[in-house]
Amino acid sequence: MSYVAQTPEEIRGLIAKAKRRDVIFVVIGIIALGIGLLTFVTLFVDMLIDGWARLRPEFFTQFPSRRAGQAGILSAWVGTMLVMFVTAAVAVPLGVAAGVYLEEYAPKNWVTDLIEINITNLAGVPSIVYGLLALGLFVYAFGLGQSVQTAGLTLALLILPVVIVATREAIRSIPGMIREGAYAVGATKWQTTKDHIIPYSLPGILTGVIIGMSRAIGETAPIITIGALTFIAFLPPSPVTTDFPFLSFEWLKAPFTVMPIQMFNWTSRPDEAFHANAAAAGTILVFMTLAMNGLAIWLRYRLRKNIKW
Amino acid sequence: MDAASVLGAPVGARLPTMVSERLAKKFSRNLKERAIEAALFFAAFVSVLTTVGIVYVLVKESVLFFTHVPLWQFLTDTQWTPLFDDAHFGIMVLLSGTITSSVVALLVAVPLGTTIAIYLSEFATPRAREFAKPILELLAGVPTIVYGYFALLFVTPILQTLIPSLPGFNLLSAGIVMGIMIVPLVASISEDAMRAVPMSLREGSFAMGATRLQTAVNVVVPAATSGIAAAYILGISRAVGETMILAVAAGMQPNLTFNPLEPAATITAFIVQVALGDLPHGSVGYQTIFAAGLTLFLLTLVFNLIGLWMRKRFREVY
Repeated sequence: MSYVAQTPEEIRGLIAKAKRRDVIFVVIGIIALGIGLLTFVTLFVDMLIDGWARLRPEFFTQFPSRRAGQAGILSAWVGTMLVMFVTAAVAVPLGVAAGVYLEEYAPKNWVTDLIEINITNLAGVPSIVYGLLALGLFVYAFGLGQSVQTAGLTLALLILPVVIVATREAIRSIPGMIREGAYAVGATKWQTTKDHIIPYSLPGILTGVIIGMSRAIGETAPIITIGALTFIAFLPPSPVTTDFPFLSFEWLKAPFTVMPIQMFNWTSRPDEAFHANAAAAGTILVFMTLAMNGLAIWLRYRLRKNIKW
Repeated sequence: MDAASVLGAPVGARLPTMVSERLAKKFSRNLKERAIEAALFFAAFVSVLTTVGIVYVLVKESVLFFTHVPLWQFLTDTQWTPLFDDAHFGIMVLLSGTITSSVVALLVAVPLGTTIAIYLSEFATPRAREFAKPILELLAGVPTIVYGYFALLFVTPILQTLIPSLPGFNLLSAGIVMGIMIVPLVASISEDAMRAVPMSLREGSFAMGATRLQTAVNVVVPAATSGIAAAYILGISRAVGETMILAVAAGMQPNLTFNPLEPAATITAFIVQVALGDLPHGSVGYQTIFAAGLTLFLLTLVFNLIGLWMRKRFREVY
C-alpha cells in the first residue's frame, strides 16, 4: 500500500473511477458477446448472398456436375437423410439404454466407474479419430465397406455420449417418490422404468437426441476418413421395391456422399463458380442445424416451465 | 393399470394358486428382469468397447508403421514427405501447424470467452443470460465445414487487405475462426465455474465497498481459477482436434513453421488429405494416418484428463 486516499474529494474520485470501470467492463462484455453474435450473422448472411443465385428448386433435384451451374445436391441430401436414419436407429436405443442402465441399474463398483470415465473421455475424442476407428474396424476388419451403414454407425458412436448424458440428466430430475410409488404397487424394476422413468424423461431425451443429430449432420472429418466419395451421380437403391417383401436394405451397402462433404468438395475447388454452390449448400446446412438446435432449446425451455414435481 | 395385470396375469384370468405355479411365474419374471438388465448393461458397455476399438486400431496400425520408421526419427525428423519416394516422417512438421493454429485460436477464444463468462456470471441480468446462452449454443452448433468456408472465403480476403503479403491459405485466418468456434465452450465452462463460487464471498467483497468489477477480478475469478483453467485446457483439446477449418483454410502443405502467416498442414488436415486420395490398405502411407491419429489421440487425451481433473477439483473446494 503506497498511498491511501485521504480527503473526501479524493475518495469520491476513487469511487467514481471504480464505477466508471464497471460501466466500461459492461460495454466490453456486451461487445464480446456481440462479436459472437455478429460472427454468426455475418457468416449466415455472407453465405446466403453468395449462394442465393443457386438456391433454386433444381439445386435439390440435380446431381453434382462438372459444370458449376448445373450441379445440385440431390445425392448429398439423400445421402445425409439415409446416414442420419442409420445413426438415429443405432444411437437412440443404445444411448437411452446406456443412460437408463447408469441411472437406474448400475451398482456402485469399478465397472460402472470404468463406463462413466469412458463416456466422459469419448465426448472429448476428436471426431477424426472416430473416422480412423471406422476405417480400421468397420471398413476393413468387419468388411462393411465405404457405405451408408459404416457412416451411420460411425456417427452413432460419435453422438452416443451426447445422448447418454442427456438421458441421464433427464432421468436424474425425476424424484425418487415416483419409483417408490411404482414399487409399492408391486411393479418390477423394468416395469417402473418402462412405464414411468422413460416416459417422464422423454422430452429431455428428445432434446439430447436432436442436439446429437444436429452435430452428426454437420460432421465431415470422420466421413471423409472412411473414404466417402465426393462425386456421386446416382442414388442408392430404393428402400421400397416392387417385389416381395417390398423392402430392400441394399441401400445400406451403397456408396454415398453427404451434404458437408459435397460442400467441402465445392469449397476446395479453385474455380470460383463452385464456391456459389458451396455457399448454397452451406446455407442449407446451417439452416438445418439452426432449426434442430432451435427446436432443442425451445423444448428445454418448455420443459423447465411445465414440469413441477 | 389394475392390480391383476400388475401381478403379471391378464385381467380376468385365474390367479395362480399353487405354490409351484407362483414360483414358476416368479422365476420367469426374474429371468426377464435379468435379461433386460444384461441388455442395458451391454448398451452402456458399448462405450468401453468403443475406447478399446479406438486404441486397438490406432496401436495396431502404428506398431506396423513403427517397424518401418524408427520412433526416434518420427519425433525428430524435420521433414514430412510420407508419399514421396524419399519418404520422411517427422511428426514435428505437422505438430508445428497444429500448435501454431491452436495458439492463434486460444489468443482469440481466451480473452473473448473469459470476458463473456465474467459478464454473464457477474453483470448480466437473468433475462440477458437467458437470451445470450442459447445464441452461444447456436454458435457452437454450426458445422465446422461452414466455418472453414467462412475462414477461406470471408476472413482471409479481409485479412489480405490488412496484410497484403498473406497467402490464400494461412494458419492465421483458420486459427481466428477456430478461436471464435471455441468461444462458447470456454465461456460456458468458465461461467459454470464462476457461478459455483458461493454468494457469501461476493457479499463479503461488496460489504467492503468493492464494485462488481473489483469483486469479479479480485474474488470470483481467483476462486474459480481451476475451473477457468479447465475451460482453457478443454478449449486447447478442441482446437488440436479440429479438422475441417484447417483442411479448408490452412492448406495441406506440410511446413515446419510457427509463423501464422504461412500455410501449413496440421495432423488432422494430413489425415483428411490422405483419406481423400486412394491409398491401398496396408501400405506405409495408410499406416501413417494411424500413427498421426495416435499422436492426436494421446495429445487430446492428456489435455482432456487434465481438464476434467481440474473441473472436478473446483467442485470440491467449497
